[in-house]
Amino acid sequence: MAASSDSPAVDLAAAMITTPASLQDWLVILPLIVPLTAGAILVMIRHSTHWHRPVAGLALAALFLLDLLLLRRVLTEGPVVMMMGSWLPPFGIAFTADLLGTTLATVSAFVALVATATAPPSINTAERRYGFYPFLMLLMTGVTGAFLTGDLFNLYVWFEVLLISSFGLLVLGSEKSQIDGTVKYGLLNLVATTLFLVATGLLYGALGTLNMADIAIKARAAGPDVPLGALAALFMLAFATKAAAFPVNFWLPASYHTPTATVSALFAGLLTKVGVYALLKTLVLLLGPSSAYLGTLLAFVAGATMLAGALGALASSDFRRMLGWLVVSGIGNMLVGAALVTGGALTGSIFYAVHSMLVMSALYLASGVVEARAATADLRKLGGFYAASPLFSLVVLALLFAVAGLPPFSGFWPKAILVDAAFAAGAPWLGAAVLVSGFLITLAVGRAWLYIFWRGGPEGTPDGTVALAGVRSFESNAQAVALIGPVVVLAVAVAVIGLLPAGLGAIAEGAASGLLDPAGFTARVLGVTP
Amino acid sequence: MNTIIFRTISPLLVSLMLLFSVFITLRGHNEPGGGFIGGLIAASAWALYGLSHGVPTVRRALRFHPMEIAGFGLFLAAATGILSLLFARNFMTGLWAFPQILGVEVALSTPMFFDIGVYFVVMGSMASIALSLEEREGGV
Amino acid sequence: MEPWLSGLVGLFFAASLYMMLSKKIIRILLGVAMLGNGVNLLLFTAGRITRDVPPIMPLDAYAPPEGAANALPQALILTAIVISFSFLAFLLVLAFRAFQDLGTDDTDAMRVAEPLADPGPPRGY
Repeated sequence: MAASSDSPAVDLAAAMITTPASLQDWLVILPLIVPLTAGAILVMIRHSTHWHRPVAGLALAALFLLDLLLLRRVLTEGPVVMMMGSWLPPFGIAFTADLLGTTLATVSAFVALVATATAPPSINTAERRYGFYPFLMLLMTGVTGAFLTGDLFNLYVWFEVLLISSFGLLVLGSEKSQIDGTVKYGLLNLVATTLFLVATGLLYGALGTLNMADIAIKARAAGPDVPLGALAALFMLAFATKAAAFPVNFWLPASYHTPTATVSALFAGLLTKVGVYALLKTLVLLLGPSSAYLGTLLAFVAGATMLAGALGALASSDFRRMLGWLVVSGIGNMLVGAALVTGGALTGSIFYAVHSMLVMSALYLASGVVEARAATADLRKLGGFYAASPLFSLVVLALLFAVAGLPPFSGFWPKAILVDAAFAAGAPWLGAAVLVSGFLITLAVGRAWLYIFWRGGPEGTPDGTVALAGVRSFESNAQAVALIGPVVVLAVAVAVIGLLPAGLGAIAEGAASGLLDPAGFTARVLGVTP
Repeated sequence: MNTIIFRTISPLLVSLMLLFSVFITLRGHNEPGGGFIGGLIAASAWALYGLSHGVPTVRRALRFHPMEIAGFGLFLAAATGILSLLFARNFMTGLWAFPQILGVEVALSTPMFFDIGVYFVVMGSMASIALSLEEREGGV
Repeated sequence: MEPWLSGLVGLFFAASLYMMLSKKIIRILLGVAMLGNGVNLLLFTAGRITRDVPPIMPLDAYAPPEGAANALPQALILTAIVISFSFLAFLLVLAFRAFQDLGTDDTDAMRVAEPLADPGPPRGY
C-alpha cells in the first residue's frame, strides 16, 4: 500500500501514461459511460417508471451527440485511442475508435434514439416495470462497447453484456412464443460467444497479447508454426453464428418476430451488425493474411446466406417473420466484403451495414404499426391499409424498395458497389447472387405490399371493393405519431442516403481502407507499424 | 428448515457473514479477496436468512429491492471511473488520497470504491436470484 | 502437463457437444455447463502451466516478485466463470419457464414461434 510518506522510487512512466488526458480523449469513452450510468440509475429507480423514458431518452440523445462528435474527430484525425487506467499499451485495455466502429456506433445510437424517442405504445407499463429501459441502456452499452473497444477479450465482455440484455428484452412480455424464441436464440448465441472465447483464449496462448493492434502486428510477423488459420476459422464460425449467416442462421427467423416491435427493430438494427463488425475486424484487420484462405468458403457462405434469406422471405406467410429472413439476406451482402477482401467489396459491405441498420429497424417498426391496427401479421388476413392510410403505405413501399435494392433508395448503392466489386475480384457468380437475391426479395416484398396495403381487404374481399373492417383506426393522434413518427424519420434517412450517397460512400471507403491496412491503426495505438 | 436451532442460530451467522463479507472486500486490494467474493458471501448470508426467516423478512431487512442495490453498485463503479475526468486522467485511472482521520492515515482510492461497487452489484444480483428462487419454493 | 490438459479439454468438449446434440433442453444445458468448464480449462492451459511464484506483490513493493506467474489467464478465467455462471442461471430459469409454459422440454416440440401448421404464403399476386 502506497502511503503518502514513502515517496515511490519507481519510474511510473515505464508502465503508465503520465500525461494528462483531455476532454477530447474522453470522447472515446463517454459514449460508453453515458448509457452505462443511465442504465445503473434506471435500475436504481426501477419503481419510478415515469422517470424511465425521460432519463433513457436524454441518455440516448447524449449518446448520439457524443458519437457524432467522436465521428467528426475520427474523420479528421484518424483513430482515437484511450487506455483504461492509464496503463501503457499493449498491457492496459485500449479503447480505439476507428472509422468503422465509430460509424456503426453512431448509426446504432441514431436507430435506438429514433426507435424509442416517441413513447413506444408497444412498451406498456408492465414491461417498463420489468425493465425495458434499463435493459435498453445496457444493450446500448454493450453495442457501443463492442464497436469502440480495442481489446479482444473486452470485445467478448461487451458481447456478453449485449447478449444478456437482449435476453431480457426478448422475454419482456413472457408470452409463449417469446419464451420459445428465447430458448433458441439464447442457446445458439451462448454457444457462439463461447466459441469466440475459445478462439480468444487460443489466440492469447499463441500470440501472448489481447490488444487488437498488437495482435495485428504479431499475427503478420508470426511464423508458420502458429496456427492462426485454424483460429481464423474459429472466429469465423463464432461471428457467423452471431451475424446469422447460412448455415448457422436459423435462430434469427425463429426468434426475431416474437418480441414487441420496438425490440425487434432494435435487434434487427443492432445485434447482427455487431457480429458482422467483429467478423470484419478479426478476419480482415487482425488476422489479415492468415485468414485469406477462408475467402472462398466465405464467398459461398455469403451467396448462400443471401439466397437462403431471399427464399425464406418468399416462403413466409407472416410479415414479421418475412422481415427476419430479409435481415438474413442482408447479412449475406455484408459478408461479401469479408469474402473478397478488396477495397470495393469492403466499402459495399460497410455501406450495406449502415443501410441495413436503418431500413430493417424502420420495417420492424412499420410491422408494429400494422400489427397495432390489424392485430395480426398474417399476410392472408391483412389488407386495405392503402385505402386506410395511403401516405404511410407509400413510406413502407419506399422502405421495401430500399431493402430490395431498387433505386433511388439507400439499398441500391451498396448492392451496386458489391456487384461491381465481385466482378472486379473475379467472382462474377457472387455478383450474380447479389442480383438474384435482390430479384427474389423484390418478389417477396412486392407481394407483401400488395397483400397488406394495396388490395382492398383481407382474403375473400372481392376485387375492386374495399373492406376496412380489419383495419382499426388509431386510438388517438398521439398514438399515431408515436407509432408512425419513427418509421418516417428512418425512411427519410433511407431516402437521403439513397439520393446523396457520396458522404456515406466516402466514410465507408475510408473505413474499408482502414481495415485493409492496419498500419494507421497500430501506429495510433502502439506507435508501431507491422 | 424451520427448526428452532436453525432459526435461533441463523441471525448470528448472518450478521457474522455480513461482517466477514465487508472484511473480505476491504482486504481485497492487496491480498486475496475483493468485492466479487465479498458480494457472494453477503448474498449467501441473505439467502440463509431467507431460508430461516422467510423471504419477506429479508426484503424488509434489505429495505431496497436487491436489483436496486445492484444498480447502485454499478453506478458507484462507473462513478469511480468518471472521477478521473475531473483530474484530467484516463478513464479508470487509480486516484489516491491519504486523509488523517482521528490521527490514523486512511488510504482512500478509487479502486477501493470500484470494489465496493462490485460488492453491491454481486450482492444485489445474486440475492435477487436467490430470493426469487426461495419465494417460488414457498419459503418457510 | 499441457498435453494432458489439452486432452482433458478435448474430452470436455466432446462430452458437451454430445450433450448439446440432444433434443432435451436440460441435457443441452448440462452440455453448456460442461462447455463452460472446458473453456475455462482451455484458457488456463493456453496461459501455460508453470511452477511460479504466485503473482501477489509483497507489502511496500511496486512490482511483482521475480518469476511471478502470469496473472492474466486467471483474470480471464474469472471473468469467463462469472459470465458463464450467470448465463447458465438465466438459461436454467428460462428452461424451467419454457417447461411450465410450453409443457415440454423437447426442443423439437417447441413450435409456438414457428408453427408447424403454417399453410404457407398466398401463391401469386
